[in-house]
Amino acid sequence: MCLAIPSKVLSIDENNVAEVDTLGVKRAVSLDLIQEEVKPGDYVLIHVGYAMGKIDEKEALESIEVYKMLADAAMKDDFAIDPERLVSEDGPLLYKPEEDEKK
Amino acid sequence: MKTENLTLKDLYFKFRDPEAMKNFANLIKKEAKNLKEPMRVMEICGGHTHTIMKYGIKQLLPENIEFIHGPGCPVCVMPKERIDHAIELAKQEGVILATLGDMIRVPGSKGSLAKVRAEGADVRPLHSTLDVLKIAKENPDKKVVFFAIGFETTTPMTAALMEKAFKEGIKNIYYHINHVLTPPPVKSIMGSGEARINTFIGPSHVSVITGAKVYQFLVNNYNTPVVVAGFEPVDVMESILMLVRQKLNNEPKIEIQYKRAATWDGNVLAQKMIDKYMDVRDTFRWRGLGDIPKSALKLRDEYSEFDAEKIFADILPKEPIDDHKLCICGKILKGLAKPTDCKAFGKACTPSSPLGSCMVSDEGACNAYYRYAR
Repeated sequence: MCLAIPSKVLSIDENNVAEVDTLGVKRAVSLDLIQEEVKPGDYVLIHVGYAMGKIDEKEALESIEVYKMLADAAMKDDFAIDPERLVSEDGPLLYKPEEDEKK
Repeated sequence: MKTENLTLKDLYFKFRDPEAMKNFANLIKKEAKNLKEPMRVMEICGGHTHTIMKYGIKQLLPENIEFIHGPGCPVCVMPKERIDHAIELAKQEGVILATLGDMIRVPGSKGSLAKVRAEGADVRPLHSTLDVLKIAKENPDKKVVFFAIGFETTTPMTAALMEKAFKEGIKNIYYHINHVLTPPPVKSIMGSGEARINTFIGPSHVSVITGAKVYQFLVNNYNTPVVVAGFEPVDVMESILMLVRQKLNNEPKIEIQYKRAATWDGNVLAQKMIDKYMDVRDTFRWRGLGDIPKSALKLRDEYSEFDAEKIFADILPKEPIDDHKLCICGKILKGLAKPTDCKAFGKACTPSSPLGSCMVSDEGACNAYYRYAR
C-alpha cells in the first residue's frame, strides 16, 4: 500500500503534470505535492498518481558506492588461504584437503 | 574523484543485489555475536514485512535477531464495520464508490466490494487518486464517494484531490476518510508494557512525508534504536546492521538509512496540505488493536457538506464488529506470538477467507507467512 515507485521525469507541462518513465512504462503524475524544484532528468517517487518526493541522486550514488566497497573488501578476503575460515560455526563450509590426506 | 551518473535501473537493482545482501549478512553475523540480548526488531510497515518474507531475509540472519511484524498495513487494520460502510455506500442508488485497488477484495461482515460490484453496484478501483476528478466530471448527476484509506504516505493525495476538486468547482465528490497515523499504534503497542520489542525499522514512504522526527518518542520513552529504512532488500539488511551497531554501542537514536528519499522533517508541503483539510479524530478503532486515541484523521468541520460519514450517516452501520475469537493478531502485533502459533492459521483462516486482520492483505504478517513461509 505504501509502495512508491522510482521513476524518471521526462517532461513537465503547464499544469504541473509530469510525464515519467518507470522502467519502460510511461505515465502522467501530478507534481502538486513536491516541495523541491523538479526538472526533466530528475528521479521522483510516485504514489497513486502523484510524485511524493524527489530522489537525492548524490545519496543514492553514495549508498551504491558503499555496497561496491563492501564487495571489494569481501573479494580481497581470501577464504582459501585462511584455515580458520574453512570451518564455520555450523560445520565445514569449504573443502578441507587435510582431512582426506589423513584417511 | 570520479563522477558516475545514476540510472533508473540502478535505483531498483543495486538495492536488490544478491552480492550486497550476502556481504551485509556476513557482517551482521560477525557483529551480532556480541549482542548482550537477542535483538527483537519490529518493522512497523507492512511493506517491510513483505520484503523480509519475499527475499528470505529472516533466513539470512543469525538466530539472535527476530522480527516482530508491525501494524503498518492500512487495509488490515480497518475494522469490519468501516468496510461495511464502503459496501453500504456502494449499494446506494445514484452513488459511484471509488477507492484504491487494495480495498476491493477486503471482506467486511457480509462480503466485499468485489461481491457488491458483481451484483451490480458501481465500484471503481483506482490506480490514481486523480481519476476521481474524471469520474465526477463524467457523471455530474451521480454522487461520487471517495473511500479514502492509507497511512501518511497516501493521505496527502486525498488532500490534494480535494484542493483540485474545489479549485475546479466540482461539487459531487464526497469523502469517507479512513486515513490512519503511524505513531499512535506503535505507542499503544509499546505502552501495553508486554511488548517484546527492542529495536525498530521505521517505514520508508510514511517517513518521506512525516520526516524521521515523528519516531523520537521511541528513543525518548523506550530507549529503542530506530532506523528509517528503504523498501528494497539491501536497504533492510543495511538497516539491520545499523541497528546491531546501535545496540552494541548502547546509544539509541534515530538514524536514516533511506537517505536517498527520507529526511528528518519530511515533505512539509504535503503535511500542510493534510492539515488544511483534515483534523485528528478523538479516537479510532483498529482491527486487532482496539480503540486508540488520536490515531486517525477526519475531514475538518468546514467541509462537512462533503463528508460522506455525515451526509450518509443514516445508512452507515455503527456497531463495532469483532474479529473471530480464535484470532491472535493482537498478540502477533505485540511480538507475543507468531502467525504459526494460531490454531486457525492456514486452516480456517486463509487469504481468501481471512478471520482476522493479519491475514487480510499481502502486507499482513499472517498473509506473508501463508505465501512465503508455510
